[in-house]
Amino acid sequence: MTELTLAQGRVDRDRLLRLLQEYGVYAGVAALLVFNFAFTDHFVSAENFRTQAVQVAPVLIVALGMALAIGTEGVDLSVGSVMALSTSLLSLYLGYGPWAAVLVAVAGGILIGLANGTLVAHLGVQPIVATLALMVAGRGLALVLLPQLKDVRDPGMTALGSGDVLGVPYLVLIAVGLALLVAFVVRRTTFGRQLLAIGDSRPAARLAGLPVRRVLIVVYACSGALAAVAGVLATARLTASDPTSLGTLMELSAITAVVVGGTPLSGGRVRIGGTVAGAVLIQLLTTTLVKHDLPPSWTQMAQAVVIVGAVYAARERGKR
Amino acid sequence: MTTETTEADMQPDAVQQITDEERGPGRADRFSALAQQHGALVTLLVAMVVASLSFDTFLTGDNLENMALSSAFLAVVALGMTFVIVTGGIDLSVGSLFALGGVVAAWGSQYGSAVALLLPLAVCGLIGLVNGLLIARSGLAPFIVTLAAMLGARGILLAITDEGSRTYLVDKDSFFATLGQGSLLAIGVPVWITVALFVLGAVVLRRTRFGQYVYAVGGNEDAAALMGAPVARTKIAVYVVSGLCAGLAGALNAAWLLSGVTILGTGMELEAIAAVVIGGTLLSGGFGFVSGSIVGVLLLKVIQNVINQIGSLDSAYQQVVSGAFLAVVVVAQTWLGRRRRVL
Repeated sequence: MTELTLAQGRVDRDRLLRLLQEYGVYAGVAALLVFNFAFTDHFVSAENFRTQAVQVAPVLIVALGMALAIGTEGVDLSVGSVMALSTSLLSLYLGYGPWAAVLVAVAGGILIGLANGTLVAHLGVQPIVATLALMVAGRGLALVLLPQLKDVRDPGMTALGSGDVLGVPYLVLIAVGLALLVAFVVRRTTFGRQLLAIGDSRPAARLAGLPVRRVLIVVYACSGALAAVAGVLATARLTASDPTSLGTLMELSAITAVVVGGTPLSGGRVRIGGTVAGAVLIQLLTTTLVKHDLPPSWTQMAQAVVIVGAVYAARERGKR
Repeated sequence: MTTETTEADMQPDAVQQITDEERGPGRADRFSALAQQHGALVTLLVAMVVASLSFDTFLTGDNLENMALSSAFLAVVALGMTFVIVTGGIDLSVGSLFALGGVVAAWGSQYGSAVALLLPLAVCGLIGLVNGLLIARSGLAPFIVTLAAMLGARGILLAITDEGSRTYLVDKDSFFATLGQGSLLAIGVPVWITVALFVLGAVVLRRTRFGQYVYAVGGNEDAAALMGAPVARTKIAVYVVSGLCAGLAGALNAAWLLSGVTILGTGMELEAIAAVVIGGTLLSGGFGFVSGSIVGVLLLKVIQNVINQIGSLDSAYQQVVSGAFLAVVVVAQTWLGRRRRVL
C-alpha cells in the first residue's frame, strides 16, 4: 500500500514537472504580463507593445532555426555571425535594388548553413565545433566585406523596417509567418518527422533508412537562412549595417529561447510555440528589469537563473 | 582489443577471417596517432619557418616576446579548458571569468598584493565550483550550465563596476604589478608562470590519480563509475580548475595592463576551445594533453601575427583564417580518430 502511494506520488510529481516544462514558459510570460500591467508605468500602450514585438522579432526568427538544429540534437553557434554576414552583403548589394540585396544576403546565410551541415553530416564533426568554426570565420568574412558601420539609405529597406499593416509591423508579421511555417514543417511534413527521428536516435534513423545526411544539411541550411533573414530585418529596423556588433551573443539568446520553451537539448522534440513564448519571455524579463530601473547587469544574471531553472525542470523529465 | 585477439588466436578458423583492420594498430593507424598527437606541432613549426622566411620582423626579440606575452593569458585559460574537455565537458564561462578575475584583482589590489591575487582565485574558483556542482550532481548539460555562468559572471562584473563605467587601477609599484609587468632573463613573468602551470598541469594529468580519473570519466563515464572512480568529484574538480585558471589569467592580465578592463574576454572561451581542439584533444573526451593546448595557442597567435605583419590584409582575415583552420583541424581529427577506433 505504501509503495503504491509512493508510486502514485511520483507519477503526480512527474506530471507536475512535465506540465511545468511544457507550460511553464507560458505561465512565466503570463506572470510577467500581469506584473507589468499592475506595477509598470506606461506598459499598457499600443506604442509599447509595438516596440516589444519589433524587438523580439529577429531573436524569434533566429530561435526558430536554432530549434530545428537542437531538435536534431545539434546546435548552431554561427547564427550571430550569419546575421553580421547578411547585413554586410545587404549593404554591398543594395545598389542592385533591395530585392536582389535581400536575396544575396539570404543566399550567404544558406551557404554558411550548407558548410555547417556538410561538416556535421558528411564529415562527422560535432555540431558545437563545426558551427564554432563558422562562427569565427563568418564574423571575419562579414568584416572583410564591410569593415565598419554603414548607413542603409534605401526607401524599400526603411519601409520594411518601420512599415506596418493595420498597425502590425512587417517585422512582426514576418516573424509570426515564419513561426507558423516552421511549426507546420515540424508537425505535418515528412521532413519534420525525419528531423525528429534523427534527433531521437541517429543510428536508429540511419537503420530505418532515413536520409540522415540530407536532412541534417537542410536543417543547418534553414538555420542559416533564418538567421540571414533576421539579419536583414534587424538592418532594416536600425537603417544601418553594423557587422561588428550585429548579432553578437544572438546564439545565446536563441538557445535560451528554445531551451526555456521546452525543447530538450537532447533532441527528438521541437516546440515552436514554446520557442515563441521563450523569446517573448526573455524580452519581457529584460523590459521589466529595465523599466524598474534595474541595471543591465541584473538582466544577465536573471537570464542565467532562468536558463538553469528551465534546464533543471527538463532534467527531471529526461531522467524519468 | 587484446583479449579479442587472443580468443581469436585460439580458434584457427577465425584467424583467417580477421582482416587487417581488426588486427590492431597497424602502420597506418600508428601514423594517424602520430598525426593526431604531433600534427599541430608540425604545423606550428612549418608556420614559423614560413613566417620567418617571409618577414624579417618575425624572428625579432620584440616580436617573439610580444607573441609569448599575448599567448600566455590565453594559454592559462586553455590549460583549465583542457581538463574540462578531457572529461568530455565544455566550459563557456571562461571568457567572463577572465574579465571578472581581472576586475576583481584590480579592485583587490588596493588592499595589497595578496588580496589582488587570491580574491580572483576565490571568486572564479567558486563560480567554477557552482558550475561543477550543477553539472555533476544535477546532471545538467555542461554547455548550458556554463553558458548561464557566462551570463551570470558578466552580470556580476557589470554590477561591481557600475555597469562597466568604473575602472579599477593597479598600483604599478606593487608586487602584484610585477607579476604582470616584470621580467626574468628577458622573458616576461607571465610567460614563466604559464610555463610553470603547464608543467604542473601535465604532471597532474599524466602522473596523478586525479589525472587518471579525468581520462577515465571522459573515456566512459559508466565504466569509470564501475571502476570506482569518483565521477562526480572529478567533474566538479575540473570545473574548479578551469575557473581558477581563468581567474588567474584574468588577474595576471590585469597586472600586465595595470587595470581591470571590463570589456575583455568576450569570445575568449571560443579561442580557448579552438586552441585545445587544435592541440589534439578530442571534444568527445577521454583523449588529450596539455602540451597540445599550448601548441594550439601558439599556432593561433602565429597566424594572427602573420596576418598583422602582412599589414595590407585586414585584421578581419585573422578570424576567417582561424575559423577555416579550426574547421580543417577538426575534420582531420575526426578522420584520424575514425581510423583509430572502430565506431
